[in-house]
Amino acid sequence: MRSSDFGFRVAVGAFAAALLLIVVAIAVTLVNDSTLSIQKFGLRFWGTSNWDPVAGEFGALPFIWGTLYSSVLALLIATPVALGIAVFISELCPNALRAPLIFLTELLAAIPSIVYGLWGIFVLVPAVRTVETAMPESLRALPLFSGPPLGVGMFAAALILAVMVVPFTSAIAREVLRTVPPSQREGAFALGATRFEAIRAAMFYARTGIIGAVMLGFGRALGETMAVTMVIGNNPQVSLSLFAPQYTMAAVLANEFTEAADALYLAALIEIGLVLFVITLFVNMLSRGLIWSMARQASPRRSVLVPRGAEA
Amino acid sequence: MISARTATPRKVLSALFVAACALCVALALVPLAFVLFFVVSQGIQSLTVEFFTHNPRPVGEPGGGMANAIVGTLILTALAAAMAVPIGVLSGVYLAEYPGSRFASAVRFAADTLNGVPSIVIGVFAYAVVVLPLRHFSTLAGGFALGVMMIPIITRTTEELLLLVPNALREGALALGATRARAVFTVIVPAALPGIITGVVLALARIAGETAPLLFTSFNNRFFSTSLVQPISSITVQVFTYAISPYEDWHRQAWAGALVLVTIVLVCSMAARVAAARVANIRGR
Amino acid sequence: MNPPLVKVRAVREPDAGRNPLPAAQAETLKIDVEHLIFFYGEKRALEDISIKIQPNVVTAFIGPSGCGKSTFLRTLNRMNDIIPGARVEGRVCIDGQDIYRAGVDVVAVRRKVGMVFQKSNPFPKSIFENVAYGLRINRLTSNRSELAGRVEESLQQAALWEEVKDRLHESALALSGGQQQRLCIARALAVKPDILLMDEPASALDPIATQRIEELIYQLKAKFTIVIVTHNMQQAARVSDFTAFFWLGRLVEYERTDKMFTAPSEKLTEDYLTGRFG
Repeated sequence: MRSSDFGFRVAVGAFAAALLLIVVAIAVTLVNDSTLSIQKFGLRFWGTSNWDPVAGEFGALPFIWGTLYSSVLALLIATPVALGIAVFISELCPNALRAPLIFLTELLAAIPSIVYGLWGIFVLVPAVRTVETAMPESLRALPLFSGPPLGVGMFAAALILAVMVVPFTSAIAREVLRTVPPSQREGAFALGATRFEAIRAAMFYARTGIIGAVMLGFGRALGETMAVTMVIGNNPQVSLSLFAPQYTMAAVLANEFTEAADALYLAALIEIGLVLFVITLFVNMLSRGLIWSMARQASPRRSVLVPRGAEA
Repeated sequence: MISARTATPRKVLSALFVAACALCVALALVPLAFVLFFVVSQGIQSLTVEFFTHNPRPVGEPGGGMANAIVGTLILTALAAAMAVPIGVLSGVYLAEYPGSRFASAVRFAADTLNGVPSIVIGVFAYAVVVLPLRHFSTLAGGFALGVMMIPIITRTTEELLLLVPNALREGALALGATRARAVFTVIVPAALPGIITGVVLALARIAGETAPLLFTSFNNRFFSTSLVQPISSITVQVFTYAISPYEDWHRQAWAGALVLVTIVLVCSMAARVAAARVANIRGR
Repeated sequence: MNPPLVKVRAVREPDAGRNPLPAAQAETLKIDVEHLIFFYGEKRALEDISIKIQPNVVTAFIGPSGCGKSTFLRTLNRMNDIIPGARVEGRVCIDGQDIYRAGVDVVAVRRKVGMVFQKSNPFPKSIFENVAYGLRINRLTSNRSELAGRVEESLQQAALWEEVKDRLHESALALSGGQQQRLCIARALAVKPDILLMDEPASALDPIATQRIEELIYQLKAKFTIVIVTHNMQQAARVSDFTAFFWLGRLVEYERTDKMFTAPSEKLTEDYLTGRFG
C-alpha cells in the first residue's frame, strides 16, 4: 500500500476512533462517577423506595418501576397501532397515498419531545383528568384506577409515550416487511388465502424483524425524558394505579440534576443514569440483532437495512 | 366447485383486518393533527416582533421575547455541527472505504450504540466531561452534548450514501493515478455531497429540538449572551421553563417557541425531501 | 429433437390458435379460454387468446422470454389480480364457468386451480406445516388425524413422503432445492385442486432433480389437469401431450406435442423450434 494511502487511512481512522472513544468514555465516566453511590448502597439502591436527598437516603426503586411500567404500557398501546400502520402502508394502501402517509408518519417522529410535553401539559392532561373524573366508582375501587383524578400520572405518560413510539416502530416494521420476498405472499394467495391470511404469512416470515422493531420502540420509550416528565407528576412512589403520579429514571435526572449539591447525591443520580444507559444498550443491541438476522434470512447479500436510532 | 362460497367468516375477517389497519392509520394521524393544531393556533398569537427581538422580562412581568433563546439555539447547533460534521463525515468515509476490518465493525457498533443512548444520559456525560472541569454551565458543554448526539446520525447517513456511489467512479479515479485520499475527496465525496448535506441538515433539525441534554450543560440564561463559557439560553429549555411556570404570559410564549421549533423541523424536512428528489431526478436520467 | 420433415404450407386462420380437439369433446373441456385480452394498465400483454384444454392431459406453454406464457398461465387462477392495473377481457371458463364473471369467489378458484412457482417458496415453517397450510386456512379437515392423513397423502403424491416421513417437523428450509420444489407441489396438491399450473417448475433445479419432477408430472396426469410453462423445448417434448407456442403475447400454434415438434403448421413455430430465434 502506498505510504500516502496509509497516511489517509490513519488520518481518517483517527476520526472514526474518536467516535469509538466517545462511546467508551461515556461508559467509563458513568461507572466512575457513580462508584460513590454504588459502594455506599450496593443493590439496596434498587430495592428501596425512600428517595430523600436531604437525609442522604437514596432508594431508586420508584424510578426503575416508573420507567418500566410506563414503557410497557406505552408498548401495549403503540405496538398494534404501529404494526397496523406498517401493514397498511406497505401492503394495503393505494399507491398514491403511500408517499403522503409516509411523510406524515415521519412528521410524527420529527416533532420535538418538548412540543409533545407542552401539548401534554395543556391539552392531554386536562383531557385525562376529565376521563378520570368520569370514571364510575366501581372501577375506581380497583388498584389499577385508585387515587385522586389529577390528570398527571402514569396514564398520561403512557399515552404520550405511545404517540411518540408509534412512528418509530412502524417505520422499522415497514422496512422489515419490505424485505419479505413477494413469493411468500404469492404462495399463500395461490393456495386460496384471503388478503388477511397472505399478510399473516408475510408477517410470520418477518416475525424476528418485527419483534426487533417493537423492541427498538421499547428502547425509545425507556429513554424518553421531556414529554414524560411534564405529564407524569414526578412523584417517587411505586404504584400500580394509572392515576397515580409517578417518576421515571430519565425524569428524575432532568429535574434533580441541577439540585444535586453534594457528591453522594450526584453519584446517586449518575448511578441512575448508568443503569438507564445499560438497559437501553441491552434492549437496542438485542433488537438490532433480531432485525439484522431477519434481513439476512430474507436476502443473503448485504442489506442496507439499517435500523436508525431515535431519529426514525 | 367454484360456485361453492368460501366460508364467509374468512372473508369477513379479512375485511375487518383491512379496516382495522386503516383505523390504526387514522388513530396515529389524530394526535398529529391535534398537536399541530394547538401549536399553530396557540403559538401564532404570540409570534410578535417583540418575541423575536426582545429578551425575557423579569419574572412575573408581561411581555418580552425569546431573542436570546433563538440566538442561543443557533450558536449551540453551530457548535454541535462544527464538532460533529468532521467526526461524523470522516467516520462515515472510513466505514465506506474499509468496511471489512474489525475496527470498522467496532466503529459501526459504537455508532449504533451511541444513536440509542438516551439524550439525558448524554447530558450527564457532557456534564461530567465539560461542566465539572470548567466548574460552571457553558455553551461549550451544551454544544458538546448536542454534537455527541449528531455524530452517529451523520456517520450512518454518510456511510450509506458513499456506498451508493458506483464503484466505477472510484476505480476510474484510481486508474487515473489518484491517491486514495484524492479519489475519495475529489470524486467520491462530491458525488455523495448533496445527500450528505441533506443528512446534516436533518440532523441539525433534530438536535435543535432537543431539550434534555441542555438542562444541565448549557443550562439557561435570562440575558443575552454569546459567550462560550457562560450558560446560554435555548428555545427548547426556555419553552420548558415557561411551560412549567405558573404565568399565563409565559405559557403563551412557550407555545410560540414550540411553533418556531415545529416550523424549523418542517422546513428542514421538506427542504431535505425536495433536495433528495432533485438528486434522484438528476441521477435517474 | 426430430427435425421437421414435411413443410406444410401455413394456413392462416382469422383466430389465433387452432383447436386440435374434435368438436364432440367440447363439453368435457376442463379449461376453455375465449378471446382473452390482458392489459397491464394501458399496455396489452396478451392478444386475443383462445385455447381449449381437456382434462387429465399435460399441456406445455412454450415460447421465447417475454412472450406472455407466464402471464397467461397466471390468468388461469386469477393470480394477476394482485398486480395493480391488471385488466382482463374475454372469458376463462373452468368446468364451464367463467372465472372472471362478476361475483365469482376468487379464493375458491385458487383452491381448484393450484400453482407451483418457478423458484420454490416454502414458508419458514416445518415440512408438515407447509403442506398443512392450505388445509388449515381453507378448513378442509376437522381433526388432527385427518390433517395428518391428508398431509401424508399429498407428500406421497409428490413423491416426497419416503424422504421426509421421519422429519416432518423439521424446517422446510433445510431441504434441498429439488425437495423444496416437490414440497411446494405437495402443498399445492393438499387442497385437492383439479388443475395444477406449473410455472417453469424445474428451471432452478439440477438435471437429476428435474428428471424427478418430470416423472412426477407424468404420474400426476392421471388425476389432475396440468399446464406447465417451460422455456426448455426438450422438456416440453418429453413431458406434455399438447403444446401451445406463444410469441409476443399471441398464441401462434396449439397442437398435439408429437405433431408440433415433427411437423409444425406455422413457420414461426418451426423457426422457434429449430432455434432460428428465441
